[in-house]
Amino acid sequence: MDPRPADSLPDAQGRFGAYGGRYVAETLMPNVLALEKAYAAAKQDPGFLSEFDDFLSHYVGRPSPLYYAERLTRYFGGAKIYFKRDELNHTGAHKINNCMGQILLARRMGKTRIIAETGAGQHGVASATVAARFGLPCVVYMGAVDVERQKPNVFRMKLLGAEVRSVASGGATLKDAMNEALRDWVAHVADTFYCIGTAAGPHPYPMMVRDFQSVIGREARRQILEAEGRLPDAVVACVGGGSNAIGLFHPFIEDQSVRLIGVEAAGEGLHVYNRHAAALSGGRPGVLHGNRTYLLQDADGQILEGHSISAGLDYPGVGPEHAWLKDTGRAEYRTATDEEALAAFQLCARQEGILPALEPAHALARIGEIAQELGQGGLLIMNLCGRGDKDIFTIADALGAGL
Amino acid sequence: MTRLAPTFEALKADNRAGLIAYLMAGDPDPLTSLEALKTLAAAGADIIELGFPFTDPMADGPPIQAAAERSLKAGGSLKKALDQLAAFRRENATTPVVLMGYLNPIAHMGEAAFAEAAAKAGADGVIVVDLPPEEDETLRLALSARGMSLIRLATPTTDAARLPAVLSGLSGFVYYVSVTGVTGTAVPVAAQAQEAVDRLKKATPLPIAVGFGVRDEEMAAAIAQKADAVVVGSALVETLAGHPGDAEAALAALSMKTTRLARAVHEARTS
Repeated sequence: MDPRPADSLPDAQGRFGAYGGRYVAETLMPNVLALEKAYAAAKQDPGFLSEFDDFLSHYVGRPSPLYYAERLTRYFGGAKIYFKRDELNHTGAHKINNCMGQILLARRMGKTRIIAETGAGQHGVASATVAARFGLPCVVYMGAVDVERQKPNVFRMKLLGAEVRSVASGGATLKDAMNEALRDWVAHVADTFYCIGTAAGPHPYPMMVRDFQSVIGREARRQILEAEGRLPDAVVACVGGGSNAIGLFHPFIEDQSVRLIGVEAAGEGLHVYNRHAAALSGGRPGVLHGNRTYLLQDADGQILEGHSISAGLDYPGVGPEHAWLKDTGRAEYRTATDEEALAAFQLCARQEGILPALEPAHALARIGEIAQELGQGGLLIMNLCGRGDKDIFTIADALGAGL
Repeated sequence: MTRLAPTFEALKADNRAGLIAYLMAGDPDPLTSLEALKTLAAAGADIIELGFPFTDPMADGPPIQAAAERSLKAGGSLKKALDQLAAFRRENATTPVVLMGYLNPIAHMGEAAFAEAAAKAGADGVIVVDLPPEEDETLRLALSARGMSLIRLATPTTDAARLPAVLSGLSGFVYYVSVTGVTGTAVPVAAQAQEAVDRLKKATPLPIAVGFGVRDEEMAAAIAQKADAVVVGSALVETLAGHPGDAEAALAALSMKTTRLARAVHEARTS
């Protein structure tokens, strides 16, 4: 990992413009401030950075390839499409980049217990994996609905020695799992490190998770320069909380010629009340889980549960840096419905021999039109941030196929 | 002018602690909740904390989570909580009421509009659980411009270095969270809570209320030895919820529990 002292955001209060900040109970504030301090020191420590890089190379399997999706390119007949293959990482998604960083930091801080929240289960699996690697006990909070629809990942976590606690409150999905993880943290501040899975939460999490995930964009930038001798015209990623997207986008933010395009989950459609998970496209600013950002909420400021076929995108908020990128116009955000994601999943499977996770299938659903907008001679990179093995039951169900 | 200062002055003059009773607005329905609010005042609560519901009560344990869910299901909201307070004020002009909840409903209404509405409804203060001192200036100033206090929380993790920041610019009282955890789960250790009150008293002239996890008369009385007020929340919420479908029995049970707690707190230093 390179220290990037040039990054000016977030500011000292953890703000990206009006977004971000630290909206947590007083019990957690000293912990959040201690974490900020510890991370600032680690970021400047060559020993920590080389340890992180070393584990990314030898344990996670980085760099992940940048792959020219030739058949899909031909299929759409527009810009050249490259996939950043983060689904080839150990544990099958980009989530482990961040877990490795955070758990190395937890060790450095002398914390002896890891907690995490998970939606699709990918962050839970990655947390359980890295915790096992370092011999730390790990508790993963997961909404009861997600436990049901992501059974393979639940079993995987258990095999890795983690305790999975099913959360039945609220809508029993990712936001409720995060509430319960925060409650755990409040009760165990001294020994516990809360490993947040997306680039959201109180400062310094959005910055820290972005930094750990930025390895995606740094590699992609280097790889595309090697492959094509120029920067891409667009980089595209799905956005739930937005960690894979910010990891891809961030190293390109200063490259004004590169369009940053996020794709949110439109569920049953943006126009269907409480049946989508597109916080940026269909929500408004508010405060949840420690940060000010775009949220799905009703007229009283109550948080809506939303819906997406993809458990990993089924979250009513989004990382604060995305909120800022949207407002400043530096990034653009589109949406894809459940149905479009399912179609894109099947197309990618048949055309490229890759089963994408349902999360990046949302980004895949928009790359055809983006490739055509950019036209032949154009160049785009899409982050294929997770593999679809975990989703086969959901997909079989949606397609009416028995397994 | 807030009702908080005169209330604490009167308690001090009598050398007794006060009982702060918590209630979730709209739980289990608007009518019962309004009656429960009157019941608390009639049964001897010196100050009332009126919770307004939020879908994601991150600092609350199961009893208050369930109360918020019941309230929301019955149509509860921040606006309805203010309506409930206004209805209470038509009968009771003296018992201080502090609103308690999470930031997003307030942020959605807008800090200034909220302060205006809260003042009009008859609130004396506001506690926002997920709003630490670093982020609370806008709301604090909006409230103080209308004579209300933003009550801050101090916790066992608030160390000496941080305490001055937590205490600066405050009015009303300081709410000491006696356990490191969410509401209504862990039980505080009375001796530690008393020690914490001593420590806070050296740092601020404001009254100190102690809460989180205080469930019974014995614990309330032990804390009332030193604290200016004792907060009971989850135990009262559970009492009210103990008779589903029978509002009369629920209110009678709430009245009895509140009477006992108030007596224990009021008599703690003399018995």
